[in-house]
Amino acid sequence: MTTIAIPDGMPQYDDVPRFDVAAVRADFPILDREVNGHRLVYLDSANTSHKPRQVLDVLAGHYAMHNANVSRSVHTLGTEATEAYEGARAKIAAFVNAPSVDEVVFTKNSTEAINIVAYAFSNASLRADADERFRLGPGDEIVISEMEHHSNIVPWQLLAERTGATLRWFPVTDSGRLDESGLADLVTERTKIVALVHTSNILGTVNATARITERVRQVGALLLLDCSQSVPHQPIDVVDLDADFIVFTGHKMCGPTGIGVLWGRGELLAAMPPVMGGGSMIETVSMARSTFAAPPARFEAGTPPIAEAVALGAAVDYLTGVGMRAIQWHEKELTAYALDALATVPGLRIFGPTVPVGRGGTISFALGDVHPHDVGQVLDSLGVQVRVGHHCAKPVCTRFGVPAMTRASFYLYTTTEEIDALVSGLEQVRRIFD
Amino acid sequence: MQLEQLYQEIILDHYKRPQGRGLRDADDPDAEVAEAHHVNPTCGDEVTVRVAAVDDIVVDISYDGAGCSISQASASVLYDRLSGRCAEEIAAVHAGFVELMSGRGQVTPDEELLGDGVAFAGVARYPARVKCALLPWMAFKDAAARAGVGVSPTEVEA
Repeated sequence: MTTIAIPDGMPQYDDVPRFDVAAVRADFPILDREVNGHRLVYLDSANTSHKPRQVLDVLAGHYAMHNANVSRSVHTLGTEATEAYEGARAKIAAFVNAPSVDEVVFTKNSTEAINIVAYAFSNASLRADADERFRLGPGDEIVISEMEHHSNIVPWQLLAERTGATLRWFPVTDSGRLDESGLADLVTERTKIVALVHTSNILGTVNATARITERVRQVGALLLLDCSQSVPHQPIDVVDLDADFIVFTGHKMCGPTGIGVLWGRGELLAAMPPVMGGGSMIETVSMARSTFAAPPARFEAGTPPIAEAVALGAAVDYLTGVGMRAIQWHEKELTAYALDALATVPGLRIFGPTVPVGRGGTISFALGDVHPHDVGQVLDSLGVQVRVGHHCAKPVCTRFGVPAMTRASFYLYTTTEEIDALVSGLEQVRRIFD
Repeated sequence: MQLEQLYQEIILDHYKRPQGRGLRDADDPDAEVAEAHHVNPTCGDEVTVRVAAVDDIVVDISYDGAGCSISQASASVLYDRLSGRCAEEIAAVHAGFVELMSGRGQVTPDEELLGDGVAFAGVARYPARVKCALLPWMAFKDAAARAGVGVSPTEVEA
């Protein structure tokens, strides 16, 4: 490799935010284990991330020392649990730069968060006095894209069926980018909501949303961004993004399963009818009718996943401690390394952007005509954990003419040695199936 | 090495040189022809199996689909073992294969009954792959029933 001196006065190599990957890895107990007699090489963080000891300790510690139900107890434990739960909400609000803590609704996951918005539309459409922005009927349109996860397709298909609205979508280009060429025809005065993935879970594409946001504002529609694959990997600022809703999930960002987030503009959340009814979401209840609490409580019926929320707060602390800019840069370097390394494998075809620009550390590929199941099985025998299948994004597989793909995805604890292990594993696959 | 139990030479042979692949029309105009299309929703693999039956004899099994080596080799073995046989024989082979695949590696396969199907014994140790191996067999069972050839009873627990 040639060393190029960067001229004085320009940003130097070491100006980039960095962290000690070995020290980070030491925080994740699971990275020490073996799989099938090999050191674990975990390349499936887009599916779920691992959890550092700092998060596991908070999760166990909450149950061990502060366990009680929230928002209803006057006793000390109840107060501690409520403070921890609401404290986590404040941490998450700060993490995405939400203007108000009350704009953070805890959900089970991204799927539930999207469904809350979709059902709020549905419920509003049944009531003549509901906010016009949430009322849908024949002639109205919902716009998604061809690169969505099923969780951002199916809820809108069901909503369209219930209301008579029409579902439309942005296509995907051959290089795996969002095709915005038809933007003006696709997003129109008929559009009520555009629900779009921020970073594709299968192609790795990071969508630039500025033009779409501008168009959405022009036509008076709402914009929801599925940030499940972006909040864990880059700094996210909801004010800067200028979306109306974003959703993300805890387990992909070093937190536990069972906890996710719906962020919405306070004024919009306040205009949305409730979705699930039950305890905690009411203002007052009589036998004939009820009135409802303000957001976020309005959308958090029943006892929430308390310990999970608290542990997600710890995950946010952990990620902030490492630094989101540094994590983003680390993954950018890994992605560049991996794209180069994978290009050396004969017969390998990458789906999605092949340059480390406008893409994250999630790379899907085909190895000749070897079926991804077989690729994944051979890699597993070498300790390399990748995901194979349609990745809950079947329309993307259809778009690229394959039934399934193999996907490697990286995170803050991923190393270049692990990418080397993937590449040498792929050689093994070729030896068996060629 | 564990992996070799899964990817036996016999399986790779059937995968690379599948027997009887491609959907065919029946030679005999009086044959009862029916087909079934099965999908593995977790991975998107698909297979269509077409059965041509005369009375209780399955005179031909043809198939097409897209899937991994295990599912494709399994379809090839299915064709090999079941074409040209009567309902009673088919039921025995089918039950034997399903039992082997549901056995989590604890069932000793009957080579006389299953032929090349014994090579799938290793697959039963991989719960995620059992469905791949069974995909064509379940599609066959549906197609055969539609063509008037009953293969039941078989219960799959995988």
